[in-house]
Amino acid sequence: MSEDQKGMFGAAGTGDTSGYGGLVRTAASTGSTERPYGGYFDDVADDLERAYPDFADAITRVVVDRGELTLHIKKSRLLEVAFILRDKLKFEMCMGVSGVHYPDRAGAELVALYPLLSLTKNQRVRLEVATSELDPHIPSLVEVWAGNNWHERESFDMFGIIFDGHPGLTRILMPDDWNGHPQRKDYPLGGIAVEYKGATTPAPSNRRSYR
Amino acid sequence: MTTYSDPYASSRETTEGTVFSVTGGDWDSLVSEIGESKEERIIVNMGPQHPSTHGVLRLALELEGETVTEVRTGIGYLHTGIEKNIEFRNWTQAVTFATRMDYLAPIFNETAYCLAVEKLLGITHDVPERASVIRVMMMELNRISSHMVALGTGALELGAMGPMFFAFRDREIVLDTFEEITGLRMNMAYVRPGGVSQDLPAGMTVKIRDVVKTLRKNFEDNAKLLIGNTIWMKRTEGIGYLDLAGCTTLGITGPVLRSAGLPWDLRKMQPYCGYENYEFEVITADTADVYGRFLVRMAELEQSLRIIEQAADKLDKLEGQPVMVADKKIAWPAQLALGADGLGNSLEHIREIMGTSMESLIHHFKLVTEGFRVPAGQAYAAVESPRGELAAHVVSDGGTRPYRVHFREPSFNNLQSTSAMSEGGMVADIIGAVASIDPVMGGVDR
Repeated sequence: MSEDQKGMFGAAGTGDTSGYGGLVRTAASTGSTERPYGGYFDDVADDLERAYPDFADAITRVVVDRGELTLHIKKSRLLEVAFILRDKLKFEMCMGVSGVHYPDRAGAELVALYPLLSLTKNQRVRLEVATSELDPHIPSLVEVWAGNNWHERESFDMFGIIFDGHPGLTRILMPDDWNGHPQRKDYPLGGIAVEYKGATTPAPSNRRSYR
Repeated sequence: MTTYSDPYASSRETTEGTVFSVTGGDWDSLVSEIGESKEERIIVNMGPQHPSTHGVLRLALELEGETVTEVRTGIGYLHTGIEKNIEFRNWTQAVTFATRMDYLAPIFNETAYCLAVEKLLGITHDVPERASVIRVMMMELNRISSHMVALGTGALELGAMGPMFFAFRDREIVLDTFEEITGLRMNMAYVRPGGVSQDLPAGMTVKIRDVVKTLRKNFEDNAKLLIGNTIWMKRTEGIGYLDLAGCTTLGITGPVLRSAGLPWDLRKMQPYCGYENYEFEVITADTADVYGRFLVRMAELEQSLRIIEQAADKLDKLEGQPVMVADKKIAWPAQLALGADGLGNSLEHIREIMGTSMESLIHHFKLVTEGFRVPAGQAYAAVESPRGELAAHVVSDGGTRPYRVHFREPSFNNLQSTSAMSEGGMVADIIGAVASIDPVMGGVDR
């Protein structure tokens, strides 16, 4: 008998015999992608640098991942960059706003993502803007793309991101008098435990999970 | 102001003015009372429970006479928190939620979500060709059933009942086909990350060709009823006008954008699921009105039939090929089978995991309870749904559950154009404008 043996079956670690325990949980990359980005992404970056002299200051990261280009933009410069992307680079459409809440990213917990589409050039770009939970203000892009109106209201409703300059930032999906912002990570899913034939099934958010 | 006790039309005084509640029946007393009033401006609250608002949509209309001066849209009555719920399920289970958003186009919801997950997993090119062809065929069938509701209810809301009967007859045929393939008429959760949940039943392509033949003949009925019909033209021509500039600034896609003359269709412009291998045309109109959108949808039906025929030919060639990725760490462990009590694990698989292979049992257990992990990152995948660009923005933190899933719903976005289409027009034309956007409130509110 070796002294290294642990547990009933001599397994070290999780005791997972399925092979799943060997799967590594990857973390998202936090750096900028190096050039060349590939495809039309270099052209987009070049065009934007030419059209926008403050490029280096306004754009904190350029990420190319899974065939998608993401420009991380300082929120104070968002409006300028948006106008240039629309007018000079022909990104005529903004497909909306998607909020994400990262409670672990101190000072940049709330993120708004704008997928842009160019009908003229058949290209896509995504803008990413982060802000703090304590100061959840991001400039509104409704004056650039009017269709962002409802999308920004939705992100306000769900994440509590306040879009400065929005013509009427009110809740859109939840009732007007609702408390809290449901899609923040610290907002519980809710639900009640269900008892059936003596056994109790907890609500989805209270169940044991493999996270 | 006179008081009266009309059971269908009561009135009460508020600080904002007189409020009338009308629930149907005899409106004579209401009309006479409003006639006595000196107020020109009337605010009408329409919906959310109104047969012509295309679902639980609330419209607050400001009228001067019969002219609409302002339209405000109220939504959220069907909000079910699908995006939040998905964060508490594994990557495969999320399909079951996504399919329920836009309940007229479930296959599109599933496909958009699965394409995004596959992009995150980096297996986009590993999805078997047969699975992609089945997805395409199902999506085009779904486009037909969805357009049928758009045409049928749209016509019904404008007072034409006949087209609705024909449209729902044809939709039934498509839903029966879905039932035969997936076991369910709607909300099938048939498309899964990595492929589709099960192969087509034997001899399905023959039936599909019959369905195409029947539908092609049936579509003539509605075409004969409506195209060029004087009454229909008067209700739809020049109504709900929204030109290309309006569409781009409002982010409008789909038949509304194509009715403004721009041949923008993601199936052609940014093909997915192998759409580049099919021959079809992108239909446009140049009128930018309700009639143009109606014509675009009518003509798209035939293009969908063409794609389905080509898909059936491809499926015959790909007979016996897998419909799920080969990677056993992602593919659902069992080939599902349709039993007497519905869809479930195939008996063969149960026999294997319970009787012969401990490893298979462990594998099955881990994959079903824990699911697979998806590398951290984010992806955006868009498909051309019957209503426009339907996209899933999926964020993973490297775990077995989605960190965040956001659906870019075309209905949600396009419904914003109600005001632009209707203000300045007649109150009766709002119905036509909303119907031509074809919003599905399940998708709008999610």
